[in-house]
Amino acid sequence: MTAYLRPGSVELALAARAQHPDWIVLAGGTDLMVAADKQDPPPGILDIFGLPELTSIEEEADGAVIIGAAAPYASMLTSELVARELPLLHAAAREVGAAQIQARGTLGGNIGTSSPVGDSLPVLLALDAEIVLGSTGGRRWVPYRDFCTGYRATVLGPDELMLAVRFPPRPAGLIQVWRKVGTRRAQSISKVAMAAAATLDDGRIAHVRIGLGAVADRPFRARGVEAALAGQVPGEAVAEAARRALAAEIAPIDDVRSTADYRLGVAQNLVARFVMRLAEQSA
Amino acid sequence: MKKTTRVRVEVNGEVRVLDVQPFRRLLDVLRDELRLTGTKEGCGEGECGACTVLIDGEPVCSCLVAAGQVDGRTVTTVEGLANGELMHDVQTALIEHGGTQCGICTPGIAVCAAWAIEREPDASRERLRELLAGNICRCTGYQLIVDAVADAARRRRS
Repeated sequence: MTAYLRPGSVELALAARAQHPDWIVLAGGTDLMVAADKQDPPPGILDIFGLPELTSIEEEADGAVIIGAAAPYASMLTSELVARELPLLHAAAREVGAAQIQARGTLGGNIGTSSPVGDSLPVLLALDAEIVLGSTGGRRWVPYRDFCTGYRATVLGPDELMLAVRFPPRPAGLIQVWRKVGTRRAQSISKVAMAAAATLDDGRIAHVRIGLGAVADRPFRARGVEAALAGQVPGEAVAEAARRALAAEIAPIDDVRSTADYRLGVAQNLVARFVMRLAEQSA
Repeated sequence: MKKTTRVRVEVNGEVRVLDVQPFRRLLDVLRDELRLTGTKEGCGEGECGACTVLIDGEPVCSCLVAAGQVDGRTVTTVEGLANGELMHDVQTALIEHGGTQCGICTPGIAVCAAWAIEREPDASRERLRELLAGNICRCTGYQLIVDAVADAARRRRS
C-alpha cells in the first residue's frame, strides 16, 4: 500500500520528509511517473505539486531571482521577470518537452534527478544558480556546480527538500545564449545542449560561463573553454581555441540518442558559434 | 492498514468520490474505474500526448499523474469537450478537415487543441504547431490537423 500526503505548508512538508525519508517526493511526475504501472508502488508519496510557497517566482532587492522548486516550466514561460532577467532559462523552458510536460515539469524535479541531459541544468551552471535546501534543522544554500556530484548523484540529504533555486544578480550586459540539439524541437531528449553566458569589457570577453548537457556523466561546466575565452577578443582564432579546449576536457559517449563523435563535434560547433556571437556583439 | 486514498475530483463537470491506490496512473483510473475510454494510452512515458486531459484547465499527460494528485482538482477528458449533443469547435473542425486517420491520437489532439484555442485564439499557424507539439500523430502528417485547429480558432474569434 502507498500512503499519500499533500502538505499545506513547507513546514509540514519538512516534518513529513523527516518522518518518512523513504517516501518519494512527487511534484509534476514527469520523471517519477514514467511507466508507473510497471513499477512497484513506493511506501508513500509526499506530494508538493502546487504548494504555494514552492511555486513562486520573485525578484529580491539585490536583483537575485528566486524560483520555487515546484514551479512548473509553464509558469516560467509566462513570467515577464524570467523573460527579462533570465532569457537563458526562458529559452530552455520553451524546449522542455511541450505544453503537457511544461505544465507539470519543475526545476526541482530536473535538479533532483540531475540527469546529464536535464535541460535546465546547464542553465543553472551558466548563471551560477544556488539550490536552497531545507530540513527541520534549517536551510542551506548549495551552488548547483557542487550539488551534483556524479551520475544522477546529488548532495540532497534524506531529510531534505529542495525549496527554491536562487539566481544571483547577473553582471550588467550579460549575453545569454541557449542552444539545444535534438531530433526535433519539442519532446526530444537532447543530443547536446549548451547554456552560455558572457560579458564583454572593451571588446574582450570578461565574465564567461559555459554549461553543457549530454557530454559527461553529469551536467558539465566547461571550465577549460572558459579559461581559453577569458580576456580574449572574440573572433575566429578564439573560436578555434574554444574547440580545442573543449576537446581536451570532455569525452562524450555513444548511446541510443547519439554518438561520441557527433556529440563532440556538435558541442564544439556550439561553443565556437557562441564565440562568434560574442564577436558580433563586440564589433 | 487501508490500501487506498479517498479522492474527490470533478470529472467533466460531475463530482466523483473515488477510493484509489494513490500511485495509480490517472489514465488507468479514468479508463478502468470511470470507464472514460476516450482517453487513449500511447507511449506511457509522456512523449506522445495521446492520453492528454486537462487538470484545472491545463493540458497534462494523464499517464504521468498519480491518482492521489487529482484530489480537489477538476479534470476534463475528451468526453467532456462537447456540450451535450453539440460538438466542440475543434471536434467539428477535425471531422470537416479530415484531421484524423487511425484515431488513436485524436482524443489527445482534440483536448490539447481545445486548450490551445481557448488560451490563444489569435495564435498563428506556427504558434498552434508549437502548442500542439506534445501530441504525436503517425498517420496524417499534421497538415490537416493544423488546418482543422486553425479553422476552429477562426470560428472561436468570429
